[in-house]
Amino acid sequence: MSHDIKSDRVYTSDHEWAKTEGDAIVIGITAYAVQQLGDITLVNLDVAEGDTIEAGKPFGTVESVKTLADLFAPIAGTVVRVNKANLEERPELVNDDCYGAAWMVAIAPTDPACLEGLLDPEAYAVLLDGAH
Amino acid sequence: MSQNTLKRTPLYEEHVARKARMVPFAGYEMPVQYEGVKQEHLAVRNAAGLFDVSHMGELELEGDEAGAVIDSLITNDVSKLTDGRALYTCACNERGTIIDDLIVYRLRADKWLVVCNASNRETIVPHFMAAAQGRCSLEDASDRTALIALQGPKALAVAALAGADGGSLHELPSFALRDAELAGVECLVARTGYTGEDGVEIFCDAADAVALWRGLLEAGRELGIAPAGLAARDTLRLEARLSLYGNDIDDTTNPLEAGLAWTVKLGKAAFLGKDALLAIKAAGFNRKLVGFEMVGRGIARHGYPLLDASGTPIGVCTSGSPAPSLDKSIGLGYVTVGHDAIGTTIQVDCRGKAIEAVVVATPFYKRPI
Repeated sequence: MSHDIKSDRVYTSDHEWAKTEGDAIVIGITAYAVQQLGDITLVNLDVAEGDTIEAGKPFGTVESVKTLADLFAPIAGTVVRVNKANLEERPELVNDDCYGAAWMVAIAPTDPACLEGLLDPEAYAVLLDGAH
Repeated sequence: MSQNTLKRTPLYEEHVARKARMVPFAGYEMPVQYEGVKQEHLAVRNAAGLFDVSHMGELELEGDEAGAVIDSLITNDVSKLTDGRALYTCACNERGTIIDDLIVYRLRADKWLVVCNASNRETIVPHFMAAAQGRCSLEDASDRTALIALQGPKALAVAALAGADGGSLHELPSFALRDAELAGVECLVARTGYTGEDGVEIFCDAADAVALWRGLLEAGRELGIAPAGLAARDTLRLEARLSLYGNDIDDTTNPLEAGLAWTVKLGKAAFLGKDALLAIKAAGFNRKLVGFEMVGRGIARHGYPLLDASGTPIGVCTSGSPAPSLDKSIGLGYVTVGHDAIGTTIQVDCRGKAIEAVVVATPFYKRPI
């Protein structure tokens, strides 16, 4: 089974992606997560620029008609950008462009090597194969 | 319940072939959605949708006393029914709380059909069996009966294309039923539903279910019919403020506080729960099921606490969802009497965040006449 996975970033077992852009790491949710959720109707991002965030701690929620999913910070650091206005206004962006315009937050990592513990695209594909 | 003990409806293979997402529901493996809940919801509001609801329980009662047996267990009054008519009712226990909500169909004076929730079949069948003992026959026909709901403004047009008998179904009044042949299948067709739209619910032998399902989808293709899953069924019924057993009503709630007083006929002869309901009515009750819509950004979900404007707990949300037809987020919940007036500002505790909502008139959605 083929999956919509981008080769330019890493992944978590919670179906989030993390991608380095300059000094920050941008976080979003994967196409698989979006497919599982269905029509996204609400995005809540409970962090603001300047907040420190701990790895594994929830920073918001994505809700579809039927379900609610927590967003977990995959890495520790300081929040530098939040895609709040966009996603609160147009939650359907997550359905349309989860790897691009519907990024959630950008974090300046405490540990520059923090992405090494996450899943590369191949490992994430294996994880998804196991989910079927 | 583990996956391998789940039952399947006669249409299971049809759902899998359409790549429906299957989930455990009331002991069955059921389609929760095919293409997407919004799309299926809107297909039912704008054209037609087809639901497999074969998991529902069907009890067949026969004999001169069958109607009286049923009447002794339900809050509504079967004496109002003539042949080929049905009614919606609650069945209560001796405490006057709800053990199930049912549709009772009078086929003939001595032949009746009772449809119960799949989740309650294991309590309702022995409950009715005990009352039927020595008075009438009762068969649990659930496993040999399929039930397909055809709902939406074009539902009857689809039925008309599916067979010559379908063309006259528009003459069937609401809550009336009759035999018909659709897609070459002998069916019992009732003008009922759980979506707030016009439509019919169609019973047939389990062995004929696939032919009927395929025939209706084929007949409705040009009209925009879509198979619809449990998720759309839930958002549709919520917009129409139809109660869901296990969410809005259960054996801790009574029909009077649940807004189902219209199904309770306290003037009729003795029935199970009557004395308790008379006492509840006399004493009054302190909570009421109300509809609300979200004012702030949030989605109410089953089990979320409801608060008054100052943050004091006043009740609990029993159902909540974005409403695809209304472009807003809605819910039902019990609130302490005094907070139930339309226009009252309340708050929903969405996992620790108090989000403003307002009590509104229901149904949330009413189909255009």
